[in-house]
Amino acid sequence: MHNYTIAELVKGLQSKKFSSVELTQHFLSRINRFNDQYNAVITVTADQALQAAHLADQRLAFGSAPALCGVPLLHKDIFCTKGVRTSCGSKMLDNFIPPYNATVVENFEQAGVVMLGKTNMDEFAMGSSNETSFYGPVKNPWATDCVPGGSSGGSAAAVAGRLAPGATATDTGGSIRQPAALCGISGLKPTYGRVSRWGMVAFASSLDQAGPMARTAEDCALLLNCMASFDDKDSTCVDVEIPDYSASLNKPVKGLRIGVPKEYFSEGLHPGTEEAVKKALADLEAQGAELVEISLPNSSLSVPAYYVIAPAEASANLSRFDGVKYGYRCENPKDLQDMYCRTRSEGFGEEVQRRILIGTYCLSAGYYDAYYGKAQQVRQLIEQDFVEAFAKVDLIVGPTCPSPAFKFGSKGDDPVAMYLEDIYTIATNLAGLPGMSVPCGMVEGKPVGLQIIGNYFDEARMLNVAHQFQQVTDWHRLMPKGIS
Amino acid sequence: MNWETVIGLEVHVQLATKTKIFSAASTSFGAEPNTQACAIDLAMPGTLPVLNEQAVHYAIMFGLAINAEIGKVSVFERKNYFYPDLPKGYQTTQLEKPIVGRGEVAIQLADGSTKSIRIHHAHLEEDAGKSIHEGDLPHGSSGVDLNRAGTPLIEIVSEPDMRNIEEAVAFAKKLHSIVTSIGICDGKMSQGSMRFDVNVSVRPMGSTTLGTRTETKNLNSYKFMEEAIEKEVERQIDLIEDGGTVKQETRLYNGDTKVAKAMRSKEEANDYRYFPCPDLLPVIVSDDTIEKLRRALPELPDARQARFVEQYALSTYDAGILSSDANTANFFESVAANASNPKMAANWTMGELSAALNHADLSITESPVSAELLAGMILRIADNSISGKMAKQVFEAMWQGEGNADEIIEAKGLKQVSDNAALEKMVSDVLEANPAMVEDFIASDENKRKKKLGGFMGQIMKASKGQANPQQVNQILLQKLNELL
Repeated sequence: MHNYTIAELVKGLQSKKFSSVELTQHFLSRINRFNDQYNAVITVTADQALQAAHLADQRLAFGSAPALCGVPLLHKDIFCTKGVRTSCGSKMLDNFIPPYNATVVENFEQAGVVMLGKTNMDEFAMGSSNETSFYGPVKNPWATDCVPGGSSGGSAAAVAGRLAPGATATDTGGSIRQPAALCGISGLKPTYGRVSRWGMVAFASSLDQAGPMARTAEDCALLLNCMASFDDKDSTCVDVEIPDYSASLNKPVKGLRIGVPKEYFSEGLHPGTEEAVKKALADLEAQGAELVEISLPNSSLSVPAYYVIAPAEASANLSRFDGVKYGYRCENPKDLQDMYCRTRSEGFGEEVQRRILIGTYCLSAGYYDAYYGKAQQVRQLIEQDFVEAFAKVDLIVGPTCPSPAFKFGSKGDDPVAMYLEDIYTIATNLAGLPGMSVPCGMVEGKPVGLQIIGNYFDEARMLNVAHQFQQVTDWHRLMPKGIS
Repeated sequence: MNWETVIGLEVHVQLATKTKIFSAASTSFGAEPNTQACAIDLAMPGTLPVLNEQAVHYAIMFGLAINAEIGKVSVFERKNYFYPDLPKGYQTTQLEKPIVGRGEVAIQLADGSTKSIRIHHAHLEEDAGKSIHEGDLPHGSSGVDLNRAGTPLIEIVSEPDMRNIEEAVAFAKKLHSIVTSIGICDGKMSQGSMRFDVNVSVRPMGSTTLGTRTETKNLNSYKFMEEAIEKEVERQIDLIEDGGTVKQETRLYNGDTKVAKAMRSKEEANDYRYFPCPDLLPVIVSDDTIEKLRRALPELPDARQARFVEQYALSTYDAGILSSDANTANFFESVAANASNPKMAANWTMGELSAALNHADLSITESPVSAELLAGMILRIADNSISGKMAKQVFEAMWQGEGNADEIIEAKGLKQVSDNAALEKMVSDVLEANPAMVEDFIASDENKRKKKLGGFMGQIMKASKGQANPQQVNQILLQKLNELL
């Protein structure tokens, strides 16, 4: 049952081939059996899940259930879940139980989706390897000595390891696409403003965006249909018509102009990854797409600009974790200052503290213009690069990340090496564009991701091309060892 | 040396919206701690602000009232600092692009002159909560009440255009008058609806450069403001005359203990690390919205004062007092209309009623004596049913809730006797009963007679149980005594 795609599960549920309770029990037992290997799930909500599955079955029996009714999913532990601990991978929120649902969670709940539990993640979504989680690293199902990517590593590993048919995730600089690539699954970061951020613990508010992870593009479309909504609780949510993302999956790609940015095939790209991506581009060309070489001249500035803007916003977003109202508070504070210092030193991990310090520094008097001000200018240049590119092409395609999954600890001492993991993904966050990753090859027994970047609100076309690619390739069907 | 004082004000005005600036929680005052703080106000993770449109409209209305430029694009920024009553660890406020730009406010001074005070800008922001250091708290701990957190404020920043306490207080009162007149603030100073930060510096008379200023924060009454400025000016002059220099610092003044002290120096000041709030879009205000608000703007205090002089033949001074806040003005106009007697309506509103309200610490909207009740009583004064003195008794009874004027007059038997024959008899009786007083009166000279007249009046009023019409009695008494001379 765990090898079915969500599309297949939907059919099976609606044709009563199996019930939601059966499905839920199956995935719960898989989590029970295999999670020790991956550490992908940090909270299992078994009782609640079975209850929800039971209700879903009743709705299905009644005959007018929404498309995803009865499908079990996992939520990244960044989404607030009413009555269920939402830790954001941090000791700071280890005891935090929100009294409200994130809009994303609410949308799925309304649709009858069954929440199996919450997935592990880099602390406050800060990381590209899932090594910064308070709950320990997540292991890549393809190679358990390797990282699953981050920050949505728990969601990616859970989907790859068949602990759930799909999962929610978030992407601030590549946190959906890079783990999707490293774990051999499909993941989509929508246009900024497409999915509500209400109830999603903020890392960098102007960059954060939630999106789906699943094994296929078709499944991502099904999940995005439910996730995307205009929400007046999020002022940055954009009220643009939401198409049926499943409706255009089968359009032919013939005649589509695909931009290939030369900057994405330069120094630092693993030759195996490059080969796989070029093969995928050839596949798309064979399907009738036209490849156009383009340039995104300011690409090299995206990582430095991001590591000013994201930490700057984070430094303010994380100020609320002060030990006063909820979450972790240090033992026996001497006074207010002591409470603040120890609460935050003890409650936040090293990477989070590093980014708070970077952000605080960048915004400080005398440095603001040189760092934050300059980074905002660079952000506009990067946006402009894309605007010019999209005047010539319909989509941009390249690698998701420079190399396949790396070994635990191999980049731990060098934050900059870790930051370069997101070199191809960060620019789209800065520009607010949608991006996705689909599996396109294997290197050293580990998956390679193909990144598809679309124009604003053009997710349907991205999903269409990804789906068409998956009609002629089998990379998304490969299974990590040990899964039958 | 002669010194000139230079004063600038930063005034925090709580906007009278029903809900908070970024959440749907109520803004009403005085609830149990933390019962009016929702997840957004508590800065729970994942919560997001949504701007209250009414707050924006109120800020624009203020801008229009002071003829200011309205910021067509204004931007919220985060002002970062840690404090337990600041739940997010930053205050959402405006800095570079405020909603209200330059404007000006005219103040009237006691000598009858007017002066224009320039407004640098006014911006929208959220109020913080309150830290609680006393009450039922475990030893060594403080409490936080977040009911106030997120209450919308406009902070009005003046140029350093005031030169003495009188001007500063007149400016503060004028702002109070404007914001209450246009209905954007309830004006309740005791509840913190308006709070003043006072920037004070001194310089040698004639100098055109500004001295180093200090800022005394969070004064919530005109009286405390006066005291704080007075003390600070004195302190700065003493300091300079003793050879010292004024340090730029933030100061606190405790109105209860009358003690002022330094809070932090410029060097210790926070680096607030302002940056645009990524959770909120820039606020775009259309010309259409501005025009709609302009058309709907209630009468401003200056216009109302002029109208009162014109329409009710009041003095400029009286008109100024009665027009300074909308509630008082409305009350007065209602009394004047119901009693058809603007002069008496003005006198009673500014006199007896105002004193009683002050004494009971009530606002005019909370007055136990309504405009209708007061007007009803004035009608009885005007038609000579009661004397002014009786009216005071009636007013007191109305204040105590004993009914309307007619009911009280009836119940207390306060009806004034104006019947000439009856009064003549009363006067004759008193004169006959007091021959010694009459003789004494006749023997006195002109000046002393005037004084002695009071003695007869007292006797007659006493005999009539206070019900005799005093003007008539006076007339009859003079006539009868003159006949005896």
